[in-house]
Formats: sequence, C-alpha cells, structure tokens
Amino acid sequence: MEHTSVLERVLRGAALTLVVIFFMFPLFWIFLMSFQTNETILRIPPSLVFTPTLENYQALITGKLQTAAGSLDIAFMRNLWNSVFLSVTSVAVSLLLGVPAAYAFARHKFRGSEDIAFTLLSFRFAPPLLVLLPLTIYFQQLGLANTYFGLIWVYQLICLPLILWIVRGYFEDIPADIEYAYRIGGHSWFATFRKIALPLAGPGIAAAGLLAFIFAWNNFVFALVLASADKQPVTVGALAFVTASGIQYGQIAAAIVLSITPTLALALYAQRYLVEGLSLGAVKG
Amino acid sequence: MASLELKHVTKRYKGRAVLDDLTLSVSDGETIVLFGPSGAGKTVLLRLIAGVVEPDEGNVLIGGEDVTDVDAEERGIGMAFQNFALFPHMSAFDNIATPLQAKRASPGAIKAGVESVAKLLKISHVLTHRPRALSNGQKQRTALARALAGSPPVLLLDDPLRNVDAKLRFEMRLELPRLLDDQGATVVYVTQDYKEAMALGDRIAVMSQGRIRQLGTPEQIYLDPADIEIARLFGDPTINLLDVKPAKDARGVYVGLSNVQVHLAGPFEQAIGRDCVIGLRPEALTFVRADAPAAIPVTVEAETPLNEKTVTLVRTVRGREILVSRPAGTPGPVAGNAHIAVNPKSALLFDRASGARIGASKVVALKSGAAA
Repeated sequence: MEHTSVLERVLRGAALTLVVIFFMFPLFWIFLMSFQTNETILRIPPSLVFTPTLENYQALITGKLQTAAGSLDIAFMRNLWNSVFLSVTSVAVSLLLGVPAAYAFARHKFRGSEDIAFTLLSFRFAPPLLVLLPLTIYFQQLGLANTYFGLIWVYQLICLPLILWIVRGYFEDIPADIEYAYRIGGHSWFATFRKIALPLAGPGIAAAGLLAFIFAWNNFVFALVLASADKQPVTVGALAFVTASGIQYGQIAAAIVLSITPTLALALYAQRYLVEGLSLGAVKG
Repeated sequence: MASLELKHVTKRYKGRAVLDDLTLSVSDGETIVLFGPSGAGKTVLLRLIAGVVEPDEGNVLIGGEDVTDVDAEERGIGMAFQNFALFPHMSAFDNIATPLQAKRASPGAIKAGVESVAKLLKISHVLTHRPRALSNGQKQRTALARALAGSPPVLLLDDPLRNVDAKLRFEMRLELPRLLDDQGATVVYVTQDYKEAMALGDRIAVMSQGRIRQLGTPEQIYLDPADIEIARLFGDPTINLLDVKPAKDARGVYVGLSNVQVHLAGPFEQAIGRDCVIGLRPEALTFVRADAPAAIPVTVEAETPLNEKTVTLVRTVRGREILVSRPAGTPGPVAGNAHIAVNPKSALLFDRASGARIGASKVVALKSGAAA
C-alpha cells in the first residue's frame, strides 16, 4: 500500500464516493421523505429544507391513516410483525432441515445424491409466478391458504435451496481428515458433526441464514397471493398506502425505513462474523 | 496391546485397485514401516486400518478380532495425519484431550493425561494456543500427542515428519523410536524417506501399486533387495547400477567391467548369457593398487564428504560414472587415475527386463505375507 501515489489515493477516494452516493442516495432520500408531508414531498423543485414531522411514523404506529378522504385503518405494525415471524420461522426451519442435509450431501455420496441436490436447487430456477397457480389450488384444497404454516412451507422454496447449497460448500471445504481424526479419537459421527463440522462451518451457516432471511423478508409474490390481510408481510402491506385519495408517499417512505431497519441491523451485526468466516479459510495445517 | 492383521484386503477406486489382495500381519508391540512412492496405497492402507475407509474385499483384524465392520470410533486406534488435521477451533490442550474425552475420563484425569503427554513431547508451554498460533513443529508434536493421548494399543502414523523442516525431522527421527518403544503400542508408520524407515522400523514393508513388494528387517531390505527398484530406493548415495551380461569360465560366473573379468560369489548360474544389471553399493567398492587382482582402472572426478563417509565419483574407461564410498578420514586416491575392486559377496544381480533379483539367497519376497 505504501507505494500508492497521492493521485492514486485521491482518485480511488473519488471513485468510492461516487459509488457510495449512487447506491446510498435513494435510501437517503427516502429517509428524508419519511419526515415530510405529501405536500413538501411533491413540491417542485424538490428541496432539502423542510420542517420535519413525525406524523408519518405516528400514523404507521397507531394504525390510523389520515387522508383527504378521511381516516383509514392500516395494519402496518401487524404486517411488520408478520414479516418478522414469517422470515425468522422460515429461516429457522430451513436451517434445521438444510444444515444436516447439506452435511449429508457434502460428506456422503449416495445413489442419486447429486440428482436430489440439483432438484432442490432447481426450485430457484422457476419463476415464482409459474408455480403460484398450482400452488394456490393445492393450498386451497389442503386448507393451507392464508395460514402461517402454509406460508412458511412455501418460504422453504426460497430459503432451503439457498442454505443447502451454500452450507454444503462450507462443509466440503472442511478437510475430511479433521473429521476422521475426531472419529478415530473415539467420537461418534453425530458428535463429530456437532463438535467439528458445525463450529467450523459456523460462519458459512450464519452467512447462508442471513441471505435466506433477506430473501424471505423481501418476498412479495407468494405472500400477495397466498395470504390475506392479517397474514401479510410488509412487502404486501405497503400496497395499502395506494389509497383512493392518492398515494401516501410520506407513509410509504416511513414504512420502508421501518421495514429495512431489521435486515439492515442484522446485516451490520453479522458483517463482522461474515468477514471472519471468509478469512477463516486457513483450516488446513 | 494388540496385534494387527490384514487378510487379502482389496480396495478399488473407480475400477482401479489401490490395494490389491494385500496381506500383512504385525505382531503385538512391533513397529512396521510402510515405505513406498506416493500412490503406492500406503495412506489408504492406514485409513483402512483406522476404519475411515472400508475395504471392498478382505478383513482387518485387531487383537485377533475381526473389526472390518466396526466403526472407526470403536477400534481404539491412535492416528497422526500427514497434514496434522488439528481441530482449528480448539486449543492445543483441547485437541490433545479429545481421545480422553471420548473415553469419558474425569476432568482431572484429562488434565493429567494431556499434561503428561505434552511434557513427553515438549509442548507444555503452548497448550493454550490455537493451532493457527503454533509453529509447524509444534503442530506436528500436538498431532502426535493427540494420537498418543488415549494410550491406544494400535498407533498409525501417516508420514508425520513430512511437513516439518529438516532439522526437526532429524531430531524426531532420533526421538521417535524411544517414544514409540515406551508406548508399547503396535505401530504402523508410513514414510517416503528411507532413512526414517531404516531408523524406525522393526520391519519394513516396501509397497508399490497396492502390493507389498518386499517385507523384511531394515538389514534384509538393504542387503537383499527383492528387485532393482527397492535397491535403488534404499541407500544414500544410491546403488551403482551397470548393464552387464554374465558369462562363465573355470573359476565361476563373472561379469566384464571395463574389460576386467570380475568373478561373483553367489548362485548366479541362471544369469549366464542374459541381459542383466549389476548392483554395487558404493561401500562394496574399494580403492586398490593397480596390481591387485581384478582391479578396474578409473579416473577420479570428484569427492564429497558426507558426514561419516566420503563419497568419490569416478569414471570408468567406458565413460560410466560410479560412486565409491569409504569411511571418512581413511586415505583415498589422489586425483587422476586410480583402481577399484568389487567385493564379490555384495554384488547384486537383477534381470534387466523385469528388474527382478537373480539368485537371491534369503530374500523374503512376500506376496502371501503372513510372516508372523
């Protein structure tokens, strides 16, 4: 690094700043919008100077939306809770099923193992809309439509392949000799899985879990079709702000800020571990 | 303590036999060295004994009991891996403690066990370190300590000195035999270094292509190699190999070396008239006066002191290079012309086409094995 010239450092800094502005500006603008009324948002030309108001957040939290056409009930907090519940449960179920499966695929080559693993991956190939109609019909016949259970089941289509394939890679990266050494030392295969494979793949499992959480959180179309109002996550719930009297930009912005906060916090918190996980590669020798 | 027996073990990978109908028996407390080039099947054989690889055919017996279908953790084996295979998320102490934990020893017993084996291997001061913070030598000792910690009756060591530097390897080569003797365990030791094999093995099994080519004591392997390849692998400096065609006269079988008839001592009748290779260990050659019987004229090219011996590179009149060794400090030839003589008793004859030894007196060429 000491060989980089001043010019190079300045240019690099400028380039990084550009990239950060490009990606962060929309978020920043939405953050500002969430403290404004519809009038100040829509004035032309737009301005950075305004009197901040908390009424958007107030409306979301109390569930009473004041529009020109009168008061409207919205279930945003309920939606937020649904998002948290659906995402957390789905990822938990996926980890519970996916991690042992990933270990099996990584360590044991059984008949058809590659085919099964590929089939699971192929769930992610099909556009959701393709499977949605048959899924809806099945769910209605099975009585799973508009249930948390049914939604979590469908969310496995999103989370399970992701976790399975990422974690499998991490398990495969653990030298088999390390596990052999533990078993020869007198421990069962299950103890080896718990005490050696799981801790060593831990950062990878965390990364996969986080990714799956984000994917589940951001899901829109499954929840739109398969859930009614009281089970809908924020992604679908945000549609409620398109009201008869116009689009409530202020509330939408506040809703966005509130709904990205959990994932953002999680990502920032887990970042340390992710980086650590990626640099833990020095397992051998 | 336990004996170890392999009966007609075969292991194939993708149709290719890595171990080919191999039979071997190791008696209780014996140290046997598996020696051979990489790809000979040494490591697979070790894993097969450990129970992490299953044989396609054949049986593994430990202490007379068939353990072919017994899981690795039930076999009571200690193993050190070539790449150490330490658990990176545990301290050296916890690494060494794992076999003791498996036996459900009390915390006090674990601590005592780990500390005594750590003291033996001189790593007491690094027990709190993670493997990442250990030097290669310390890693290797930790791996050995872990293998020894459970006092296993059978100890498998997979080229444990491969990844450590030359100085440490030399130290460990001196230290290991005593350490292994103290353990009293049956030891199977894999190496590619013939010096290690000679230093450590009660017996050496020379392997190649999934078979045992020769099984014997270090002396037998060195003095009576079963074929030309084994003769080449053992010995430093390497054996001199010269193409010859033995003939016979009234005094017996002889070979022509630089137009000098050198008579050989040994049952070499079947070699007469065949294309052969004569193997002459550098120490089987001596410098002699020009008028000595069967003295071969040579020119001295270079001289290299090699610890306890001095090695001289000479060239025959036909341009072939030969190494001659003599104890260090003994008078050698002056530069220029000299004469050498062959000790007829230590000459080895091999068939040139097959590489097989001709007229071997007491070679233990083992395919059937079981020389318990």
